[in-house]
Amino acid sequence: MAFLELNNIRKEFGRFVAVEAFNLQVERGEFVSFLGPSGCGKTTTLRMIAGFELPTTGQITIDGQEMTYTRPNARNIGMVFQSYALFPNMTVAGNIGFGLKVAGKAAAEIKERVAEMLQLIGLADLGERYPYQLSGGQQQRVALARALAIRPQLLLLDEPLSALDAKIRMNLRNEIRSIQRQLGITTIYVTHDQEEALSLSDRIVVMSAGRMEQVGSPFEIYNFPQTRFVASFVGTLNIVPATVVNGARGEVQIDGQQITLAAGIDGVPNGAQVTVALRPEALSLSESGANRLVGHVENIAFLGSIVRIYIRLDETLLSLDEFNNPHLTLPAIGAATTIYFPLEAGLILP
Amino acid sequence: MRVTRFWSWFWIALGVLYFFLPLYATFQFSLKAQRDTLSFLAYQNVLNDPKFAETFLFSLQMAVWTILVGVVLVVPTVYWVHLRLPAVRPYMELVTLMPFVIPAVVLVFGLIRTYAPLFTWTWMGRAVLVAGYVVLSLPYMYRSVDAGLRAMDVRSLTEAAQSLGASWPTILWRIILPNLRTALLSGAFLTLAIVIGEFTLASLLAQPAFGPYLALMGQNRAYEPAALAIMSFALTWAAMGLIQWLGRGRPGGSQLSGTH
Ligand SMILES: Nc1ncnc2c1ncn2[C@@H]1O[C@H](COP(=O)(O)OP(=O)(O)OP(=O)(O)O)[C@@H](O)[C@H]1O
Ligand SMILES: [Mg+2]
Repeated sequence: MAFLELNNIRKEFGRFVAVEAFNLQVERGEFVSFLGPSGCGKTTTLRMIAGFELPTTGQITIDGQEMTYTRPNARNIGMVFQSYALFPNMTVAGNIGFGLKVAGKAAAEIKERVAEMLQLIGLADLGERYPYQLSGGQQQRVALARALAIRPQLLLLDEPLSALDAKIRMNLRNEIRSIQRQLGITTIYVTHDQEEALSLSDRIVVMSAGRMEQVGSPFEIYNFPQTRFVASFVGTLNIVPATVVNGARGEVQIDGQQITLAAGIDGVPNGAQVTVALRPEALSLSESGANRLVGHVENIAFLGSIVRIYIRLDETLLSLDEFNNPHLTLPAIGAATTIYFPLEAGLILP
Repeated sequence: MRVTRFWSWFWIALGVLYFFLPLYATFQFSLKAQRDTLSFLAYQNVLNDPKFAETFLFSLQMAVWTILVGVVLVVPTVYWVHLRLPAVRPYMELVTLMPFVIPAVVLVFGLIRTYAPLFTWTWMGRAVLVAGYVVLSLPYMYRSVDAGLRAMDVRSLTEAAQSLGASWPTILWRIILPNLRTALLSGAFLTLAIVIGEFTLASLLAQPAFGPYLALMGQNRAYEPAALAIMSFALTWAAMGLIQWLGRGRPGGSQLSGTH
C-alpha cells in the first residue's frame, strides 16, 4: 500500500463537480506535483488531503490510516499557502514554534527546534523579526519552516511561489526541493507553472476540468503526452491536424506535404483526420532526419538560450527551436525554408 | 501653492472652531458660578455631590460589561460568518443596523414588558441594562470587528493554524483576537462613549446611571451642568486614553508572542 492513497475522490460544490474520478498513489518520500490551468481543481484536491474540504465520495488514506473525515488539526500535515499566511502577531520564532506550542512541547525543546528550522531555511538571525519586516521570499521560507517544524507526515504546498518574482522563485524552488530531499518528506506541490512542475517533481499529475489527464514522470509527461490537453498544456508542442495516407506505414499529410511517423497508426482508416504533435526542439533547419516540410519564415523570437522560429506551411504554423550560439545563421523573415526532422519527432495524439 | 495652503489652514481652523468653541463657551460659563469672578465653585459643588462619583462609576462599570459581552458575542459570530457563511454578511449588516432604526424607547419598553417580573433582583435590572447597551453598541462593535477581520486573511490564517494542530478556542484566542486588537479598541471606544452618557435605557429601567444624573442636574441647576459636561467630557477621554494605554504594544503585535 502506498503512503498516501486517494481512491476515487469526487468533490461537488452544489451541482458543480470540481473534482472527479481522482485516483493517486504516492510513495513515501515522493515529490508529486498537481499541474493544470486555473480552476481545474488542484487546490480543491489538496484541501481534501489537508482536511479543509470533505470529499463527496471516495477515500483518503495516509500511511495505512483512513483519514477521509479526520479533522484537519488531527492529521499532522504541513501546509504552505500562496499568501504565506504567517501569523502577523507573532515573531518569526513564534510562528515556527506555534505548532509545537499548541502540541504542548516544553519551551526548551521548542527553542531548539525553532533554531534548527531557522538554520535550515538560512534565516538564523531573523527569529525576532515580525512577518511584516521580511521580504516575500523570506516570509515564504518561514512559512515552510513553520510547516516542517511539527515534523508532519506530509507536506502540502499550494502555489507557494506564485506571489514572488522570477529570480527568487527559481532560488526558492531549488531550496524547497533540496530541503524536501534532505528530510525525505512526502510532498504534494500544486502549480500551474509547467516549468516548475517539470523541474521539481518525481511525478506530475496533469489535471484539467476536475479530472486527471495523465500521471507520470516529467520525462514521460513532456515526451509522451497521452492526450491533446497534456500536449498543449505541457511544453510548446506543435499540435497540427493531419490526414492519414497510409496508417500501417505511419504516413500522414500536413497541408498536403507527406511525412512519416515512427509508429504506425492503428484503428484509423486511410483518409481520416488525426492530430499530430511535433516537438519544436526536434525540428531543425539543417539537413537531418527522414522528414522534410517546406514553408516560409513568419517570425523569429529570441528566448535567451534558444531561438524560436515560426514557420508557416500553407495553413499550419509550426514553431522550431534552435539552440542559440554566436555562429547561428538565421533565415530572413519571409524567406522560403525547409524543416527537417526524424521519424520519432512526430506523435499521434488521441 | 500658497493659496491652497491658506485654504487648507482655513478649513482646519473652521473645524477646530466648530468643535472647540461650544466647549470653550461651556467651560467659560461653568466658571461663573460666583458673581463677578471666575471660580471653580461649580466644579467643587459637583465633586462634593457623592451622586456624581457613584453614577459615573456605575456607568463605567456598565460600559465595561457591555464591552466584554459585546466582544464575546460579536467576535466569534462575525469570525464564523467570515470563515464559513460569507453569503450571510449582508444580513448581518442589516441586523446590526436595527438599533439605528428602532428607537431606544421602543427597545426599553420591550425589555420592560418581557423582563419586568424578574426586576425584583437588582442584578437582573443591571443585566437587562447591559443587554440593552450591547444592542445599542452593536452597529459600532460589529463594524469594527468586521473591518478588522476583512483586513486579515481569515481563511488562510485559520487553516494554517488548523494544520499546525490548533483547536477552535486556540485559533480564536491566539490568532484572531490578537490580530483584532486595534479593531476591538475602536469598538470599545465607541461603546464606552455611548454608554457613559446614555439616558433613555438607564432612566426607564430606573438605574443609577450617569446619564439620568446629568439630566437631573440640567433641570435643577445653572452652572453645575456646564461643569459636569466639561468633566464628563474629560473623564470619557481619560477612560479612552486608559484603554489605549492598556492595549499598547508593537505594531500589529500583542502580548502573546514567541516561544521565549
Ligand atoms: N467553496 C467553493 N464553492 C463553490 N465552488 C468552488 C469552491 N471552491 C472551489 N470551487 C470551484 O471549483 C473549481 C476548482 O477550484 P480550485 O480552487 O480547486 O482550482 P485550482 O485548480 O486550484 O485553480 P487556481 O490555479 O486558479 O488556484 C473552480 O471552478 C472553483 O470555482
Ligand atoms: Mg488553486
